[in-house]
This record gives sequence, C-alpha cells and structure tokens, in this order.
Amino acid sequence: MKTPLLATALALTLAAPAAAQDRLLNVSYDIARELFEALNPAFAEHWQAETGRTVTIDQSHGGSSRQARAILEGLAADVVTFNQETDIDVLAEGGLLPAEWRDLLPNGASPYYSLPAFLVRQGNPKAIEDWDDLAREDVAPVFPNPKTSGNARYTYLAAYAYGLAQNGGDHEATQEFVRQIFASVPVFDTGGRAATQTFAERGIGDVLVTFEAETAQIAEEYAAQGFERVTPSMSLFAAFPVAVVSQNAERNGSTEVATAYLEWLYSADAQRILGNFDYRLTDETVAAEFADSLPQVELVTVDDVFGGWDAVRAEHLADGGILDQVFVNQ
Amino acid sequence: MSAATRPASPGAKALVAIAATLTILFVAAPLAYIFARAFSQGWQVYMSNILNPMTLHAIWLTSIVALVVVPLNVAFGIAAAWAVARHRFPGRGILVTMIEIPFSISPIIAGICYLLLYGRQGLLGPWLQANDIQVMFALPGIILVTMFVTAPFVAREVLPLMQAQGSEQEQAAVTLGASGWQVFRRVTLPNIKWALLYGTVLCTARAVGEFGGVSVVSGNIRGQTNTLPLHVELLFNDLNAVGAFAAASVLTLIALIALAVKSLLDARRA
Repeated sequence: MKTPLLATALALTLAAPAAAQDRLLNVSYDIARELFEALNPAFAEHWQAETGRTVTIDQSHGGSSRQARAILEGLAADVVTFNQETDIDVLAEGGLLPAEWRDLLPNGASPYYSLPAFLVRQGNPKAIEDWDDLAREDVAPVFPNPKTSGNARYTYLAAYAYGLAQNGGDHEATQEFVRQIFASVPVFDTGGRAATQTFAERGIGDVLVTFEAETAQIAEEYAAQGFERVTPSMSLFAAFPVAVVSQNAERNGSTEVATAYLEWLYSADAQRILGNFDYRLTDETVAAEFADSLPQVELVTVDDVFGGWDAVRAEHLADGGILDQVFVNQ
Repeated sequence: MSAATRPASPGAKALVAIAATLTILFVAAPLAYIFARAFSQGWQVYMSNILNPMTLHAIWLTSIVALVVVPLNVAFGIAAAWAVARHRFPGRGILVTMIEIPFSISPIIAGICYLLLYGRQGLLGPWLQANDIQVMFALPGIILVTMFVTAPFVAREVLPLMQAQGSEQEQAAVTLGASGWQVFRRVTLPNIKWALLYGTVLCTARAVGEFGGVSVVSGNIRGQTNTLPLHVELLFNDLNAVGAFAAASVLTLIALIALAVKSLLDARRA
C-alpha cells in the first residue's frame, strides 16, 4: 500500500500550521455554534487588550458524548464546553484532565446553566403551565427518547423531581405520574433536533420539552408559527460544564489562554452575551438585567434530589431501572 | 438500449407509469425541494449563505480531498486492473476480492477501523503522538478514509474491459519495438479511455459526497476539517435550514454535473 503513505505526506504538507499565535480548539455541544460565534470575538478582543496577543479560536460542534469519544481518540481539544457533566468525567477517566475538574472553576465549573422548559403552540390553547399539565389526558408532550438523548434525560428527571415534590416524596405515586406523561408522548425521536422537527415541522404534539435556552432559539427560528415559551414552576438545574483538557493544552502550549478563556466566561461581558442566548447566569448582577426573559423558577439539582449522577445511572437509567418501568411505550 | 420496438402492451405501460411516478416521488421531487428551499428567501440570502467563510472553506476542503484522492485512485485503479488482467500470480483472486471490499463495507466501519489504527488509543497512536503527527481529526485522516471508500471505482470499471480486450495489441506493439511507456500511452490508455473516464467520474462523485466514514475521523472543526457533506449536516442541526439547503444545493449541483458527464460518456461508449 504505497498510495496512502503518499497521500499522507502530501496532506501533511497541505495541512502545515499557519503563523505562530495563540490558537484554541474549543470542542463543544451540538447547538452552541451561534453562541460561540458571539462569544469568541469578544474574548479575542479581551485577550488582545489584556496581553497584546491575538487568538484564533476553532470550534467543533457535535453530540457531546460523541465529542468526548473523539477527544479520547485524539481530537486535539484545548478546552471543552459541554452540556453533560458525565462526558467530562469520561475525559478525566481517560487521563486527559484532572478528576477534580469541577473544583477548578466556580459553580461546579458551569459558567452558565439552563433547565428543562416548555414551548407551546400559539396562544397556548391547552393552557399548559406546569409539569402536571403534561400528565393530562388531552395533552400530548413531545421530547426525545431519554435512552438516547441527554436532553430528554433532564426532562425525565425534572418531571420526576416535580412528582416527588407534589407527592411528598412518595416514589410510587411519582412513578405513576411520570408514566402518565410518557404514555401520551406520540413519538420518541432519538435526539433534540428530531423532536424539534416533529413538533415544529410535522405539527405533532401540544408542548415541546427541551432546555429553556433552546425553546427561545426554536421560537425565533419558527417565528411564523408563534410558539410561546412557558417556564414551569419548578425545574432541574442543567449544568453546562467547561474544562481545560490539560494534557492537550500542555502539548499545544495553550494552557494559559485556555484557562483565561474559561475564566472569562464568568465575566460580566461574557455573561451578558450568554443572557442574550437565554442561558441562566452565574453573575447575579447581570442575571438581574435578564429578569424579564428568564423568570423566577424553583431549581433543584441532581445531587439534591437523586444523590448524584452515579445514583441516577444505577437506579434510573440502568436496564430494568425506574426509567424502564415508567417508559412502557418505548 | 433495447431492441424491442413493438408497441408497448398495457402491462408495460403500467410499469413505465409506476417507475416514472416512483422516480418523481423519491428522486426528482426531493431534489427540486432542495433548490426550492435553498432559494426560499431569495437569491441574495442564497449567495450570502454560499459565500459564508465556513461554507466556502467546506467547499475548498472537499475540493482538495477530491483533487488528492481521485488522481491517486486513478493510478491505483489502472495499476491494479493491469496487474490482475495481464498477469497470473498466486493470490490474484484474493486481490480482486480485496479491491471490491470497500463496496460492501459500510463507510462508517472504514472510519472506525482507521480510528482504531491511527487514533490516540489506537495501534499506531502512541508513536504518531510521540512524533507529533496528527492523522485523525485532520486532513490526512479525511483523505485516507475517502481513498478507502472510493478505491474500487476506477479499478472495477477498467478491469473487465482490460480482460475482455486481451493483450494481443500490446504484445504486437512490444514486438514492433515500443518501450513500456509507449505501449501504455499509445495502446493501453486509448483502449481503456472511456472506462477510465467513467470510473473517474464515479470516483469523484463519491469522494465529494462521502459522509459516514469521514464523519468519524473529521472531528467537525469548522473552517478546518469540515467537509461539505458534514457542513450540510451541521447547518441543519443548527436550525439553519436555508444555509443547509444552500450548501446541499452545491453538493447536488456537483452530483448532477457528474451525472451529466457520466451520461455523455455512456453515450460515447455505447
């Protein structure tokens, strides 16, 4: 096989790196392209002012589990900005970054966060206000399959947490409640994007459940249909964790700029951009500016309600676990 | 094509109608829809989508990949076909089968195989990393996988023709004192010309459109390793439907041009 070698040599020449300057590869989740297109130039400006150096930030977007897999196989990410904590844990297990990555930055290394919320049809004809409306017989909720979608896992856990709160911690009653919600879902798509299409383009269902930040984007994308956002009274904190992939950053000599980049995400400038994309903010002063678009909501965490992700995996998500028992129409 | 010129029976007419309906439903309508959606917000929005630096880069990258892969596969195809058609050697049957493997293997398996070989946790990974050679999630990986997927196209077109033609003309040329290169340029090449062009067109179309294998080894870095088919998917996932359809229209256009060239070649060969 002589030709592949030739191709490699040729390709290496073509792919020769450009002039020396700060360069970052940010490997991120699916739907964050526009967000980072807004954030990155602002950081580049900040970095220039701070150090006098220029920085180019490359972006890779994909399902975050898949992205974690690619990094394990050699995708040279300097930083990750994910929407699943477990996917950064995978990198820690692979030895690419320290196991205590959550302690390296404020708020559990989550500079912004979101929560499962609702998107309903124009005028909210079914008067859907909270999780118990989703269990009504005349309401068809749409969300992807929690077996394949991290997004839907949050929906499931949020509904479960709400059920526990309503039923005074009674697990049996809660499971019956969640079962009722699942029973009226007309179709379980594999991912968030497909569920969005089911709801918006195929016109199926009365309410789409997805991250709050995404309900805003979808409402904007399908402005003609007049979808309305509804924030339930209570929801689940969904971390958007970030970390420096220290092994790669050291190799690439980018540790300094990578760390500065992630710390900058907590600054007022960055938080204002994040607020414009309807993420919830860690900076309370900036958060107050967005009080209108991000209404008050009672937030619970996976740690508080379920005792952490390990417990969720063992009790809820494992084969034959609670999810399987309530998800009878899968 | 067919020698049957008698009037079509009602049954045949029905079959033709079914075939035409299915073609319109499954091929023509979706293709037309791509262009309709791409232009749904006007010519200017379409052009600004195409001229987006990330889309331009994807077009450029896909062109580079095709420019590297197609000539290499043409050379490989001719060499392999020549070796198999003109020589008897042990393992010849196995070689023919090997050439065809990429036809029957799903491209995603090719991608994963390369990842397991060249990836960080792969067989050659530690050595590549120690020597600072990035194969996966960079252009070399994309080219390797595309080469794998498109390897059979030229060989499979040229081989049957070479076998059917036999080697008499080449032997005659040699007896008349022609050198090896002269034989190839004056005798072999003209004989396989049309099959070679046909295989090249197919190979190009496939190289430009390859998605599954490349998506495993690309890493989806925008402006770096994002080929045009991957870019279409990315834009689509971003809820940027018009942008996705605009990029898709470029891909479709390339495919339609390849198809037109292929039909022309078909006519020349017939």
